[in-house]
Amino acid sequence: MEAPFRFDQQTCLCTTPLSVSAYYSAQNTRLEASEKRTKGSKINISLEQIKNLHKRFQQLSGDEDTISKENLESIPTLANNPIRKQIIGAFFDKRNQHRGEAGSCDQIGFEQFLMVMSHFRPPTLKMTAEEKEAMRREKLRFLFNMHDTDNDGTITLVEYRKVVEELLSKSGSIGQEAAEAIADAAMLEVASTNVPTMGPDDFYEGITFEHFEQILKGLEMESRMHIRFLDVDTTTMRCGKSTS
Amino acid sequence: MTSGTGPRGRPGAGRGLPERGLLLLLVLVLLEGSVVFPLGAASSPDVDPRGHSEDRAVAEESQNYSKKAFPVLSLDYHHIHVPFEIALWVLLASLMKLGFHLIPRLSSIVPESCLLIVVGLLVGGFIKLAGEKVPPVLDSQSFFLCLLPPIILDAGYFLPIRPFMENLGTILMFAVVGTLWNAFFVGGLLYAVCQIQPGNPSDLHNLELLPCLLFASIISAVDPVAVLAVFEEIHINELLHILVFGESLLNDAVTVVLYHLFEEYSGAGTVTILDGVLGVISFLVVALGGVLVGAIYGFLAAFTSRFTSHVRVIEPLFVFVYSYMAYLSAEMFHLSGIMALIACGAVMRPYVEANISHKSHTTIKYFLKMWSSVSETLIFIFLGVATVDGPHSWNWTFVTVTVLLCLVSRVIGVIGLTFVINKFRIVKLTTKDQFIVAYGGLRGAIAFSLGFLLEEKHFPMRDMFLTAIITVIFFTVFVQGMTIKPLVELLAVKKKQEAKRTINEEIHTQFLDHLLTGIEDICGHYGHHHWKDKLNRINKKYVKKCLIADERGREPQLIAFYHKMEMKQAIELVESGGGFKPPSALPSTVSMQNIQPKKPAAAKPVQRALPQLPKGREEEIRTILRSNLQRTRQRLRSYNRHTLVADPYEEGFSDFIIKKQKIIELEKKIIHMNNLTLPAAPPDSPTLCRARLASDPQAYRPKRDSVPTIQVDLASPQSPDSVNLMDEFRANGSRREEEEDQGLTMRPRGEDGRREQLTRCLSDPGPSADEDEDEPFLP
Repeated sequence: MEAPFRFDQQTCLCTTPLSVSAYYSAQNTRLEASEKRTKGSKINISLEQIKNLHKRFQQLSGDEDTISKENLESIPTLANNPIRKQIIGAFFDKRNQHRGEAGSCDQIGFEQFLMVMSHFRPPTLKMTAEEKEAMRREKLRFLFNMHDTDNDGTITLVEYRKVVEELLSKSGSIGQEAAEAIADAAMLEVASTNVPTMGPDDFYEGITFEHFEQILKGLEMESRMHIRFLDVDTTTMRCGKSTS
Repeated sequence: MTSGTGPRGRPGAGRGLPERGLLLLLVLVLLEGSVVFPLGAASSPDVDPRGHSEDRAVAEESQNYSKKAFPVLSLDYHHIHVPFEIALWVLLASLMKLGFHLIPRLSSIVPESCLLIVVGLLVGGFIKLAGEKVPPVLDSQSFFLCLLPPIILDAGYFLPIRPFMENLGTILMFAVVGTLWNAFFVGGLLYAVCQIQPGNPSDLHNLELLPCLLFASIISAVDPVAVLAVFEEIHINELLHILVFGESLLNDAVTVVLYHLFEEYSGAGTVTILDGVLGVISFLVVALGGVLVGAIYGFLAAFTSRFTSHVRVIEPLFVFVYSYMAYLSAEMFHLSGIMALIACGAVMRPYVEANISHKSHTTIKYFLKMWSSVSETLIFIFLGVATVDGPHSWNWTFVTVTVLLCLVSRVIGVIGLTFVINKFRIVKLTTKDQFIVAYGGLRGAIAFSLGFLLEEKHFPMRDMFLTAIITVIFFTVFVQGMTIKPLVELLAVKKKQEAKRTINEEIHTQFLDHLLTGIEDICGHYGHHHWKDKLNRINKKYVKKCLIADERGREPQLIAFYHKMEMKQAIELVESGGGFKPPSALPSTVSMQNIQPKKPAAAKPVQRALPQLPKGREEEIRTILRSNLQRTRQRLRSYNRHTLVADPYEEGFSDFIIKKQKIIELEKKIIHMNNLTLPAAPPDSPTLCRARLASDPQAYRPKRDSVPTIQVDLASPQSPDSVNLMDEFRANGSRREEEEDQGLTMRPRGEDGRREQLTRCLSDPGPSADEDEDEPFLP
């Protein structure tokens, strides 16, 4: 691996010998080559888009090398989002870095930021069915990690209830009352679909990843879960940039 | 067809009944046909003698008042002939529709639109034979003012907003750029072809460029009526459906502008650049103006519906009248009436549906479907009739070149546009998709009417145009309409997903929306989701408060979905007669107890202590029940006129409201009790589980004070459709209510014959005389 990044296990920091922007401007082609090797099939984002994301990263981090949760929480437009905490948490979740680790970091570097963002790239026309399937699983795994907060591999009823509660958190008291009932019904549905014959003594532990895949089969995640700008020409990306 | 289908072979006794029914229909039709037209002919002479006799009577009044015998029975057809004929046409159309469905094989091979045109041809033939004048329908404004609006309103009101908005860019490209391309390509090439006839000076040489372009602009627009008629039967996937259908709706603005532009300047002979620029501006005005007019009326309708809680019976009327006025207002300014109607329907729907009663909602739905169905049938029949009647002038070159050019230009247009569009789309359009979009570009009655409206003196070629238009329409409707279904099968195009939406999908759709909005915010990119989210928030904060009557109408979508689902399930259970097996497709034995988290204690909890229903739970039950009384919308998932899903709870709703209430209330109780009682029964369906529980002597004994007091207050106590039985539920006092509660649950009422029977089946000892036994939990 010829990537200039060193990954620090303890602090999840990506330390770079040079500052990232200097690196980019100096050695564009080398980055492209190394990008292809290290990120390769995992992150298929073009150089242009990496540059744009890098600019944003600098903005968020205040020109530092890493961003912390406070940086993200300070984005004003994010304040209205009911699942704000989960989204921010997902960036700092080690499971989304595809290194087989668990836990969460305090600070993340640009590479981790990019890694998380890569979950939102859209499918291309040239992808084969297997590639599309793999992409779908990757995206579903991202969602699953967001729900499965204690990392035991299943989404328990309590966790699912929390999810629905958060979703309805901006809807006042009516939301809270119904949240539990909705979560229960949803769980029941998952159990019924995946394990149709359960004795009255059996206990359905929680939604495993396979069950999760099964119930969300109809949603076609690979084409729905994407951010548009990761696909289109960056010329059209210039419009609509915020400065916050 | 009339003579051919009668003596069709009778293969078996089982087929006898539909055949007989069909014969009866045909006889009826023939009868009315043969009665009316001679009647029409015979009655006209009545007018004159009448007039004369009256004059004479007046003149001779003072003198010998010639006394005739008092007419006991007289015939005066002329008096009522206009509404009578209209009613007859409508009746004919409806009987035809009935007839087609009695012949099982026919409706699966040939699309209805083709059959109706054939019927129209036959009827037109009859009329011509009878020597009568064909009613001028397609060449007068009555087509645009009476027949077209119901279809468009139906389409607009039930337009699936989400896929429409997601694909709006694509749809606009096809509608605007595609139609323009078609018009200019066909017009230009047609003119060129007309000019090149060497040596043989024919009429075609007189055809100038502008009339050609006018003709092309009429013929190039995809017709919503025809598209609807054909696409509804092929059940294609949502994306393609919305693309073609959306295109057919939105190209109206282009058609209007081009038509008026070329019509105006055909006299002058030239179109300058200035006119072109004005045309572009005019297009924007027409399109946006139409949408604006529609939106204004939509908001008016929504606002009005906020106050209709006391006069529920006229709620549907507001929807119809406001929409129609939107259409007429737009037509008044020569704006796009179709876009106005669509905008009006789409804008008013979410708010109106939150305000109106369930019955009004049903009424609106059925009236719209009914009117649009009849309209569509009539349009196709009249197309047939007008073909027989209309002035024709056949010109081989012109007609064949037109048909050919239409096809070619459509294909080229779609391919070219898709190439450009795919650069901006995430879900690209494949070749198969392109083929269906190109093949689905049907022309229809709008083109014909626009042709008819041309004036003879300005357009001497009018007859030729009409013939060509008719030919193109026939070609697209018959050839393309009939073959599209087998082609869809052959190409294995993705069909519409029939699966019901589950609550998990709903939760995750919402979750995904918020997630993507959040990611966009983090990236600082104001994209799609950002603006959508902003719009939603503005909607929730300001608009809904203004337009929706009460708090319950403003609950978030997830909760509304959940309530609707729960309600549907409960009513399905009741409908299926108590259900020996769960009515849903899931033969699952999973019940709530399987998913409730185990108690931390190692042993199973043995307590039989009767849990108090916590206050929160009560509140929740109350809210849910109360809102369920309002929330019974069946959101039509697809726009399909032919299969109005037989809602299990449309009929006899008021009876079931009470049953459902009781069921839900009991279900809630038992759900929570389930994990606390000994689950000793063998694996069985949840219904039997619960039933066994009922006969379990250790079953739940409700203590007086733990029974939740259900207070049901209706939205409108004075509304005429509030059921009297509801009074029983009104909280006059908790004491009485508890008694009622017990009473209603314990004693099988006379009307609940079914319930009575079932409880006897499910629980062995049968309905016990013991008041306290919790018995008729009807699963």
